[in-house]
Amino acid sequence: MQRMIGTQIILQALVDQGVEVIFGYPGGAVLPIYDEIFKQNRLRHILVRQEAGAVHAAEGYARSTGRVGTVLVTSGPGATNAVTGLADAFMDSTPLVCLTGQVATHMIGNDAFQEADTVGITRPCTKHNYLVKDVDDLARVMHEAFFVARSGRPGPVVVDLPKDIQLAEGTYTPSDNSTHRTYCPRVEGDSVQVERAVDLISNASRPIIYAGGGVVNSGPRASELLVELVNMTGYPVTTTVMGLGSYPGTDAKCLGMLGMHGTYEANLAMAHCDVMVAVGARFDDRVTGRLDAFSKGSKKIHIDIDPSSINKNVPVDVPIIGDVGNVLGQINTLLKQRLSNSDPRKLDQWWERIEEWRSRNCLAYQKSDSVIKPQFALERLYQHIKDLDVYITTEVGQHQMWAAQFLKFDAPNRWMTSGGLGTMGYGLPAAMGAQIAHPSSLVIDVAGEASVLMNIQELSTIVQYRLPVKVFILNNEYMGMVRQWQEILHGGRYAESYVDALPDFVKLAESFGAVGLRAEKPAEVDAVIEEMLNLDRPVIVDCRVDKKENCFPMIPSGAAHYDMILGLDDESPEGTDQGLALV
Amino acid sequence: MEEEKKHRHTISVLVDNEAGVLARVIGLFAGRGYNIESLTVAEVDEIEHLSRITIVTSGTPMVVEQIKAQLDRLVPVHAVGDLNMSGPHIERELALIKVSGSGDARVESLRIADIFRARVVDSTTKSFVFEMTGSAEKLNAFIALMKPLGLVEVARAGVVAISRGVDST
Ligand SMILES: Cc1ncc(C[n+]2csc(CCOP(=O)(O)OP(=O)(O)O)c2C)c(N)n1
Ligand SMILES: [Mg+2]
Repeated sequence: MQRMIGTQIILQALVDQGVEVIFGYPGGAVLPIYDEIFKQNRLRHILVRQEAGAVHAAEGYARSTGRVGTVLVTSGPGATNAVTGLADAFMDSTPLVCLTGQVATHMIGNDAFQEADTVGITRPCTKHNYLVKDVDDLARVMHEAFFVARSGRPGPVVVDLPKDIQLAEGTYTPSDNSTHRTYCPRVEGDSVQVERAVDLISNASRPIIYAGGGVVNSGPRASELLVELVNMTGYPVTTTVMGLGSYPGTDAKCLGMLGMHGTYEANLAMAHCDVMVAVGARFDDRVTGRLDAFSKGSKKIHIDIDPSSINKNVPVDVPIIGDVGNVLGQINTLLKQRLSNSDPRKLDQWWERIEEWRSRNCLAYQKSDSVIKPQFALERLYQHIKDLDVYITTEVGQHQMWAAQFLKFDAPNRWMTSGGLGTMGYGLPAAMGAQIAHPSSLVIDVAGEASVLMNIQELSTIVQYRLPVKVFILNNEYMGMVRQWQEILHGGRYAESYVDALPDFVKLAESFGAVGLRAEKPAEVDAVIEEMLNLDRPVIVDCRVDKKENCFPMIPSGAAHYDMILGLDDESPEGTDQGLALV
Repeated sequence: MEEEKKHRHTISVLVDNEAGVLARVIGLFAGRGYNIESLTVAEVDEIEHLSRITIVTSGTPMVVEQIKAQLDRLVPVHAVGDLNMSGPHIERELALIKVSGSGDARVESLRIADIFRARVVDSTTKSFVFEMTGSAEKLNAFIALMKPLGLVEVARAGVVAISRGVDST
């Protein structure tokens, strides 16, 4: 117990919570905290160029390390600029603590300068938030914020800090990091349900494992246990966009991503399986397609730490609430005893069917010598980076889905994308955060030309901190994903999806002090990628790709898994009226 | 998917009595499109600063399960009980009912109040205020009878509920 000023309490709590880096942007309501930051050297502050950049950077930092990302912004516009990032982290279960300045307590509610109801605005898009009104609550709230952010299903937590509280003297209490009076998520699976799951798993004849971001969030141990489970059972695995890397993407048992732009084999295996093991995944509409046609004949086991994820969209037969790592451990232990006398050939027929689906080669595309196909560019990129220590982020759109299809991840925490909220502008700051956490690794933002402009100001941050982030733009001059939907669902009327007056990305890079490169012909792609990789500086690659390429396979909104479009010539797609109303 | 039937559920939520907790609960219902038929809240433990929120809602079994799970994951929530799932329980509501009139109507309102065990808590020569507790149905029935007799206005407290027997709700 020590007497301290509010700002010292804040910094001490951050240090005690193991925070090394904080992403932020100053302003009137946080000046005392910045003053305290100025006086110390235990914490590194990264000055972003817009608060959204700070939050996405913290997300990239958090997702690539498994630690809590930390953000500091001022009141009013600082806090409102942070909202998109908070909503993004909330959807994708990313642990963050965001400190926001607030006007002095006696001014709250008076429409003071730069006042916003931050706790009101962020309540629905955070896991929890606090307004600190008494300096003697400050230490406890700070510690609690970190506990809540990382425990159970992780998420963003906001701590709103009135300026007078920052300046008041109070008592510092060290953290008791392990418990909370009310929030105590269940981490061990119920043994009866685990037993039932093991029964289903050991008797399945057409099984599939459907792994999501929860496996990544649980930590590397969960991925090891998933691999162990697959090694024991010989089951096929498919992952969600958030789960890429939770199981090795290059392994033959991996069917790739499922869902709207997932592989033919993954979606058909989901449609025809008899036992589905959902691990840390949430049956999102991008995954299930039309709900009443979703894998009707299967028994479903669902492992998730968040009870509200279970039976939300799809009723399941065996719900297991707990940390994925723990529950997989429980399942594997039991399975080891069961499987010793099972028939190893029992899945042969199922695998034959899967291989048949796989032989459709659903990711094939029309090759070209004259224009760069975006898929080709990513295939080449992958060939150059696959053996390197690399972290990939993306923006949102076609390029994101192609990256998910064509880049393979053999380990968790290597792939960072905005899955739930689909936030254009995520990738560049997220890459920045990942690069701060892994200074000597390769970090690439696979970008679209439209998305990257949404937070392009962060290039300035990247240059300031000499972060050798690579931005690989698949420049099709269109909001490609919007154009694709317009082509397929709106009669080819490309309303406002052409991105006119684009900047010259090479000059843009140079004006920021980064390097700009361009590839215009397929023959140039390899050389440009090599040059990009050889530069120990921030680089933007303007890769001019086919303007009208579509991303397939595609399950249109509201369609069933088996109604997948593999290519436009292949089948004429049918939109339903109901489907048109879906996002 | 076959249309599942909606059921009425009375849900009891024990929360830390801290700023914003009611907004969290109401915001959850509004944001996720759940309906609230009745809501009451009051502190029930001054030392521990606990409040009990009683919510009457309705939904299919899957939606009601979802509501409870969503409530339970709010950080300041201690416990979520579903009184319709945990054995017999008691529900009560309090209402204050103002009726004005004279002559036969006035006498009749008093007579009916007596049958319903409503108490007169205020009276002028032209009006009564009745206080009444009971189930929501009983209150509804009484209010309906008062309408032709000069009902002026009603204030209702919303449903509070507790389980029967020794176990806590
Ligand atoms: C902030 C935000 N606004 C709008 C959208 C809707 N949207 C989804 S993809 C997309 C187009 C993205 O274009 P680009 O970055 O060029 O990627 P491409 O699809 O061409 O690869 C748009 C506008 C979004 N996801 N996020
Ligand atoms: Mg584009």
